[in-house]
Formats: sequence, structure tokens, C-alpha cells
Amino acid sequence: MVKGKTIKHLIDKEWCKGCGICIHFCPKNVLEFDINEKAEAVRPEDCIACKLCELRCPDLAIQIIEDQEGENER
Amino acid sequence: MTEKPFNFKDYIRPRFFPHIWCPGCGHGIVLGSLLRAVHELGLNKNEIVITSGIGCSSRISGYVDFHSLHTIHGRALTFATGVKLSKPGLKAIVPMGDGDALAIGGNHFIHAARRNIDITAIVMNNRIYGMTGGQFSPLSGSGKKATTAPYLTIDRDFDVVELAKSAGATFVARSTVFHANECKDILKKAISHKGFSVVEILTQCPTYYGRKNKEGDAIQMMEGYKTNTTRIGSKKLEKNPNLIQRGIFVENTEVPEYCKAYDEIIKTAMKGKA
Repeated sequence: MVKGKTIKHLIDKEWCKGCGICIHFCPKNVLEFDINEKAEAVRPEDCIACKLCELRCPDLAIQIIEDQEGENER
Repeated sequence: MTEKPFNFKDYIRPRFFPHIWCPGCGHGIVLGSLLRAVHELGLNKNEIVITSGIGCSSRISGYVDFHSLHTIHGRALTFATGVKLSKPGLKAIVPMGDGDALAIGGNHFIHAARRNIDITAIVMNNRIYGMTGGQFSPLSGSGKKATTAPYLTIDRDFDVVELAKSAGATFVARSTVFHANECKDILKKAISHKGFSVVEILTQCPTYYGRKNKEGDAIQMMEGYKTNTTRIGSKKLEKNPNLIQRGIFVENTEVPEYCKAYDEIIKTAMKGKA
């Protein structure tokens, strides 16, 4: 996990067609198939928010939301 | 950055999603890159008109929340020319498939390039006619399998970049869906360019091209784009000249743009009147 940031993986399971592109090209092996053969973030703590999955998802089903910690308090 | 972070939902018509493209089809990645390019350029949605013909790739015009025209096969560029001449303030973007652009619309393609009208033509090259069932296209190349060529194709393929260059396009570039970020940067430059821009994007059709030609699934085809392409004039190319080059081949700002030249003609014709 990137220091001082929380990373959320929003995966739209209705839109995901299970091609596996995100899983294959993830440099940190964060994603895997769930029981329905759709992408799921199983190791979100390893994510470095490179957003390669979001960039290469052909179904526009993945969104990576980065939050700077304490952003809302300032 | 103070501007709003990119969210593709601001630029699409979500009621048409999930889209019709097959699992692993590269067209969705092109759509994503296009939306990111539009976002980073800070364009207003009402400034853009997407004109497309027929084919898998042409479905893009229905998915984006810009002005859009879904027109007849191969004639997207002619419709875009008409729109651009009547409303020169709009940014015209034309996503086309390889068959739509170079077979059915081949003539329109070269003449739009010759005219240098300010349109961005995106040729999404998956080397096959996907929507109609996997017939070979003018970009399939010889020695490939397709449903209409069960014993391999004979026809050689076009080189889109060379064709666009010789037809007079003033911006010519190539990228692949594996290089989605590079693809976005090239699209940004192409949309900003004043003149006819051609961007060829290699994209996979795992359903027909990949399956028929034993190129594996979408992932293997994307790995293929990584290994079989290289940047223009890189060291890798010296070692292996068969690699496909990526990058911007032509960027010429000296040729007059068609709409501007047309305005000049109007001025000349109207001299002394009104």
C-alpha cells in the first residue's frame, strides 16, 4: 500500500466479462477471479495504484479510487 | 492538480452498458483511452462530434455522451466532413474499423487525407470483420485464416501509416491497446492537431482473428503487441527490423486546413459585397 493513501477498487461485476486482462497485467497480483469468473481485488493491501487495470479494462468495469489520508479533515 | 479527477462515467451513456463487445475485445480499451484524452484536454462534451460507420468499432458513437452520428458503412468520414464544414468549431472524431476505413470507405479515407480537413480518424485495426462473422479484411495480410479464407488468405495488407502518409494526412501515428497510456497521449495530440489526423490502433479480436489464427486469447494477443512492436527508430528495431513501429510518424502544421481555406475562398468571392 502506498504510504498515507487508501486505495479502493470499485469493480462493476455486471459490466465485467471476465476476460482476465486486469489479472494478468497487474504487477502486484492484486486481482483474481471470484467464483463467478469476475475480477476481484483479493490483495488490496498490495495495490500501488498504478491503475494499469483501470487503463486496460475493455469493459470500463474497474475504477481505482485513491484517497489521501486526512484529506477530508483539512 | 485542482481539476476534477477522471471518471469515465462523466463521458458515457451508462444505459447502454455493459457494451456489446466480446470479452477481451480491445475496442473497449480504445474507448477508455479516447475518454481519458478528452478529459485531459479539458474539452466540453458539447464541443465534440463522434461520427461512425458500421462495425464493432463504430458502436463507440453510441456509448459516448458527445454529439454522435451513427451513419452508413464506410461513409463516416464524409458525414464528418459535412458536419465540420457547417460547424467548424466542433472537434470531429471518427472511430472506424479497418474494413470500414480502408475497404468500404477506402476512397473517402484517402480523399479526406488529401483535403486535410480537421478530423481525427481513429483506425481500430483488428485485422478482421468481427461483427459480420470473421471475414478477412484489407488489413488481414497474406497467409492468415478467416471464415472466408479457410485455406489462408492471398491478399497482401495495407500499411495504414504509409497509405495515410502518401495520401497527404498531416498527422499520422500508430499505437496499440497494450500501450493504453501512449495511445491516450497520441490521441490527445491527434485531437489537438489542426488538420487530418490518422491514428492506427492495433486492437485484438480474440473471437475471430485470435481463434482462427491460433494467436490465443485476448491476454496472449496483448502480450503479442508488447513483443512485436517498438517505438520509432529504437535500438530494438535495429536488431529486429520486422517489428511494427509505434509513435508519431508525421506531424505537419504547414499545410492549410480545409475549413480555413474554404473561409478564405468565401472572403475572396464576397469581396466588395456585404
